[in-house]
Amino acid sequence: MRHFVAVAVLALAVSGFARAEDVGQIKVAKGTVHVERDGKRLPAMVGMPIRQSDTLITGVDGAAGVTFSDNSLLSTGPNSVLVVDLYMFDSTTHAGKFDASLKKGTLAVVSGKIVKQTPGAMRVRTPAAIMGVRGTDFLVQVDEPAK
Amino acid sequence: MGAVIVALVGTLMVLLAPDQVGDELVVVVPSADGHVGTVVVERRGERVVLHEAFAASRIVDGSPPMRELLTGVETRSEFAVALSSLPHRPKSFLVYFLEGTDEFTEESRVEFEKILSELRERGAPDVVVIGHTDRVGTIPYNDRLSLQRAERVRGELIRLGIPESRIRTAGRGEREPLVPTDDDVSEPRNRRVEINVR
Repeated sequence: MRHFVAVAVLALAVSGFARAEDVGQIKVAKGTVHVERDGKRLPAMVGMPIRQSDTLITGVDGAAGVTFSDNSLLSTGPNSVLVVDLYMFDSTTHAGKFDASLKKGTLAVVSGKIVKQTPGAMRVRTPAAIMGVRGTDFLVQVDEPAK
Repeated sequence: MGAVIVALVGTLMVLLAPDQVGDELVVVVPSADGHVGTVVVERRGERVVLHEAFAASRIVDGSPPMRELLTGVETRSEFAVALSSLPHRPKSFLVYFLEGTDEFTEESRVEFEKILSELRERGAPDVVVIGHTDRVGTIPYNDRLSLQRAERVRGELIRLGIPESRIRTAGRGEREPLVPTDDDVSEPRNRRVEINVR
């Protein structure tokens, strides 16, 4: 019986962990933060999983930080739109690919195991440019076009 | 004929129209350990390579990326909110145990308190706890002991207030020694639990 309880508790502990499609998790959420997923706008909170194709949106008072499964860290400041275009990571070989787009706002990046294993395997797109990341810490700011 | 001219003029206008992109800035900054990495910024075949602290690329009115050098102060004030919102870097800790038990060594008891206070500062930590043993005893005995050690740490973390659902445990027995030894050798450095926090 004791064994059974131990197993049940373990199973519970494991089920609380990331599902296969979860590629990251929101660790910091300040002010207004939303995640757009499958056309729906969800209020974002600390602990919420992030998936490929998600768009992270912060309001004028907002900021958000995400830890990805390869230990990449991304955070956005206020009034920002960040899209996780593509995320693939093999936790055994550390091979992977990470494409993100900053449509507007500010972004801080600390690249993780994907880039360590394969320099250049992470790319960040902006409306005007594309960045190839060979490691590790950098910042991006995209202003909105003047009207 | 008229339609062709309209089409041509239209195409010309699109080509000559100023690029509707806002200004952009990319800055490479030193990492927590002081190392400075490399980022390549490319726009329409024009590239700049940034690989020194606070080296920056600026695009103004859709210009090609232009290199410049910022200061740390400028950079930190421009990006203050994003920088202060970066999640904590994932970290690994080790605690050690008395032979054949799930009791911390004296040093590790003190160390563990420091680990707990560091965990308290993190929002929504995910913790993976992995127990290990030295090679004294049988493999099944050490499998049990390593899991027991991991569960002991898990219990302490739950008592601290970390939700059970965020802690995963595993026991690796004597399979992954930190210091390789012959069988049945008592080795304090192998009687340990890894606490991996993200």
